[in-house]
Amino acid sequence: MATTSIQVAETPLVRLALQRADDALVLGHRLSEWCGHAPVLEEDIALANLALDLIGQARELYALAGEAEGAGHDEDQLAYLRNERAYRNLLLLEQPNGDFALTIARQFLYAAFIDPWWRATLHATHPGLAAIAAKAEKETAYHLRHSAEWLIRLGDGTPESHRRAQEALDRLWPYTGEMFEPAEATLVADGVCADPPGLRETWNATVDAVLAQATLQRPKDGWMQTGGRAGRHTEHLGPLLAELQYMQRVLPGAVW
Amino acid sequence: MYTQGLNSIDKIAAPDGEQAERFQARIDADDRIEPNDWMPEQYRRTLVRQISQHAHSEIVGMLPEGNWITRAPSLRRKAALLAKVQDEGGHGLYLYAAAETLGVSREELIDQLLSGRAKYSSIFNYPTLTWADIGAIGWLVDGAAIMNQIPLCRCSYGPYARAMIRVCKEESFHQRQGYEIMLTLSRGTPEQKEMAQDALNRWWWPCLMMFGPPDGESQHSDTSMRWKIKRFSNDGLRQKFVDATVPQAHFLGLTIPDPTLHFDEAGGHWVYGEIDWDEFRRVLAGDGPCNRERLAVRRKAHEDGAWVREAALAYAAKRSAATRQKAA
Repeated sequence: MATTSIQVAETPLVRLALQRADDALVLGHRLSEWCGHAPVLEEDIALANLALDLIGQARELYALAGEAEGAGHDEDQLAYLRNERAYRNLLLLEQPNGDFALTIARQFLYAAFIDPWWRATLHATHPGLAAIAAKAEKETAYHLRHSAEWLIRLGDGTPESHRRAQEALDRLWPYTGEMFEPAEATLVADGVCADPPGLRETWNATVDAVLAQATLQRPKDGWMQTGGRAGRHTEHLGPLLAELQYMQRVLPGAVW
Repeated sequence: MYTQGLNSIDKIAAPDGEQAERFQARIDADDRIEPNDWMPEQYRRTLVRQISQHAHSEIVGMLPEGNWITRAPSLRRKAALLAKVQDEGGHGLYLYAAAETLGVSREELIDQLLSGRAKYSSIFNYPTLTWADIGAIGWLVDGAAIMNQIPLCRCSYGPYARAMIRVCKEESFHQRQGYEIMLTLSRGTPEQKEMAQDALNRWWWPCLMMFGPPDGESQHSDTSMRWKIKRFSNDGLRQKFVDATVPQAHFLGLTIPDPTLHFDEAGGHWVYGEIDWDEFRRVLAGDGPCNRERLAVRRKAHEDGAWVREAALAYAAKRSAATRQKAA
């Protein structure tokens, strides 16, 4: 009989791969929700492109996690058969799409972090992760450019688009702190990945430059939400996973 | 994805005169007509209608399949489906661009769609109820689209013909992908096989309707044929589709939902039963299962996106004003 949920034995490397895989899948899922509903046809295509990049990254990262765990879990088991509490993604990325400004702000705030993270991971001592970084870094560089260009257009467009863009930033800001939580010490010591706190200055510089061009105010740093890495999510992840995992839960063990 | 074989319904009167004769001579010689060439007004109008119907079909067609992106049963299937729906959006984009070469704007055409004045393929007014529908759409709907679109690669209007070459390549890939989903399901658990049969049952007849009304009812297709906008009759293409598809269904171990279906040895064709043309007309007139829903979703996306398009225009205007100021 097929299993309904799996338990993963998380070593630091497995946990890292799952964090990044869940980040990519959850954000890719959100972006894919736009397909057919975007403000212009070009954005239907562009957002689908971003989503495809992220789903592709998630697949490679799940494969890496499964291999590192060594219990025979494949990408689909890791994506479809873990419960909410086992998901390790950032809270920022599970936030609902909202309007186009919120989607763009979410993308920008994350891309401004993950793009330099991948670039720093190009030289990781783990060859599998370095290989994923080589592809992911090119993709996220584009995600950053695309979302920054839109944020500038919205911020410096009409009074309405400015208001919406500012509201989106204000709303998402408390979720940005979680990106910079330190990686596990052994991973950093072994040169497996970049340590997020070290990327804060780069992120600040990118964000400040784009917000200035967009004529938007940088929100004040206040209380930062946390918990995603420990599986304590917002209420939005449960329904997302219920939808994403539906088929595998209804017909467990089937081959698709 | 596909445009309905409806162009024949359009009332086309052949033009007279020396210019018209020269135009016809070029078409007879298999010359391509290009945007700046002289063309009869009816030729232009027919093409605008056909290309825009086709573009609208691609865009509306994103919705039934898009319905399953977030629920696709594996990451590989999810990525393939998302890429496919993205392709449909790309086809819409080329086709609107091809129509624009005939002097209409994308905005005008979208306005015709959203106001309900323009048609799109009736197949997209049927719902996607299970994952197997994604397989059935790829296999059957894209399969039917290919039958109809391959000849359009040789359409007399250059921009349309060239757009169709790329579209057809992508559609062939979609069709194989759809068939592969059906193959996996039909080789899977009893529930999966049942899902595949159920999808075939629901999509078969609407797919046959995609080729448009029977030839006897198409009073005006002669001119379209002479202008090489259309190269095969609706019934001819429909038969070709049935002949190609029935053996594929047999290979899957699925049953075509047509008790009268049989092979005519003498003619070398599969003979199919009566198509319910009342249903076809009803769906086309707006009373299919999803017509209202599809248009409402498109309208909502358009209205919700209005402030974004305005912002992009306002920003572009500010930029060009700044550039002009710098230059002065």
